[in-house]
Amino acid sequence: MYELFKNLAKWLTSGSQWAGTDGIAHRLAEHLQYSLLATLIAAVIGLPLGLLIGHTGKGAFLAINLASFGRALPTVGLVVLVFLASGLSMWPVYIALVALAVPSIVTNTYAGMTAVDPDVKDAARGQGMRGHQVLFQVELPLALPLIMTGLRLALIQVVSTATVAAYVSFGGLGRFVFDGLAQRDLVQVLGGAVLVAVVAIVLDLGLSALQRFLFRHRTAALR
Amino acid sequence: MSVDWSWIGDHTDDLTSLTFSHLQAAMTAVFFGLLISLPLAVVAHRVRPLRGFLLGLSNVLFTIPSIAIFVLLLPISGLTRTTTVIGLTVYTLVVLLRNTVEGLDSVPAKTKEAAKAMGTRPLRTLLTVELPLALPVIMAGVRIATVMSISLVSVATYIGDGGLGQLFTDGFQRDFPTPVIVGVVLTLLLAVVADAALVGLQYVLTPWKRRRA
Repeated sequence: MYELFKNLAKWLTSGSQWAGTDGIAHRLAEHLQYSLLATLIAAVIGLPLGLLIGHTGKGAFLAINLASFGRALPTVGLVVLVFLASGLSMWPVYIALVALAVPSIVTNTYAGMTAVDPDVKDAARGQGMRGHQVLFQVELPLALPLIMTGLRLALIQVVSTATVAAYVSFGGLGRFVFDGLAQRDLVQVLGGAVLVAVVAIVLDLGLSALQRFLFRHRTAALR
Repeated sequence: MSVDWSWIGDHTDDLTSLTFSHLQAAMTAVFFGLLISLPLAVVAHRVRPLRGFLLGLSNVLFTIPSIAIFVLLLPISGLTRTTTVIGLTVYTLVVLLRNTVEGLDSVPAKTKEAAKAMGTRPLRTLLTVELPLALPVIMAGVRIATVMSISLVSVATYIGDGGLGQLFTDGFQRDFPTPVIVGVVLTLLLAVVADAALVGLQYVLTPWKRRRA
């Protein structure tokens, strides 16, 4: 056990391991690229959808069921299925990652919108605000904390799933996990797993720090 | 991409056993998750300073990707079902712990005071007053944890387990979509059925909710 950790530390810190196209630095960049781009695409799809459902109150049934569908969908199956359907392109990775991220974004955006006090919306309308003004100047700012929670959740899921993408012969940090499993090289497998976990935790902490920074005035006002 | 129906017909026995193995892994994980999170939730509910720590810890554990958890457990429990169940249990904790604490919080203070005034001891109050009243919120957590576990079992296919997940690796290695499609559909069905069963269980466990209606 001790020997294993010593080798793991050596693997993670050796300079040669970080260099080159199959080095840690390159795989890390790939992993971040898949994760961030997929979350961004998912946000572009999910945010307007969630805002629309929340603002109009129509399609709430869809928003709620989308959440449990997203939770139940097996990631591995989805990645393999899209891969078999589309062959060796970047499509399977992005389709699978986006499909996973959209439900959490839509449902949390919707939840944030429904949590806005109806009296506040009435007051905004009473002041003569139009529908889009109520949406963008009242509902959206008030719903932002929950929307951010949805984005954070989506990003964690995507970082985690981007690992699985390596199974269908793509890059990213999952490469180390699957190559290691194939070569019975436990140190490499563990190294990959540790790196993925660190990326997920650091990104989540980063987003939560960003969230706190963006809403620093609000918490001050509440106090 | 079309489904080869005869493959399904030829493999009904395998599919049945994989489905049961899948369900067993998920249910064992939720069972152990409840066993761990119930006492922890009581502690988090009563000892305020520990609350943030326990909920924060479960949040951090949830951040670790599932494949990473399974792999990190390999030196300890190897390529076994134990690894699958431990990994899944860790995942259920975040939902179960949060919902159980919230459920206990939702019990009105006056109800607890009434129990105290009637001379009910704290443990008895917990078992016969607080937990039953917290049950709807706890059950909501159990439902989420169950559906999530059912979906996650398939990730364990990379460490040689994974129930229906084995259909995904099988289909991928042979470039044959049918097992993959069947696996996805069966996983979704299993999640729907398990969720409906839990709704039924909650209906049976909370008779007082019905009498009012």
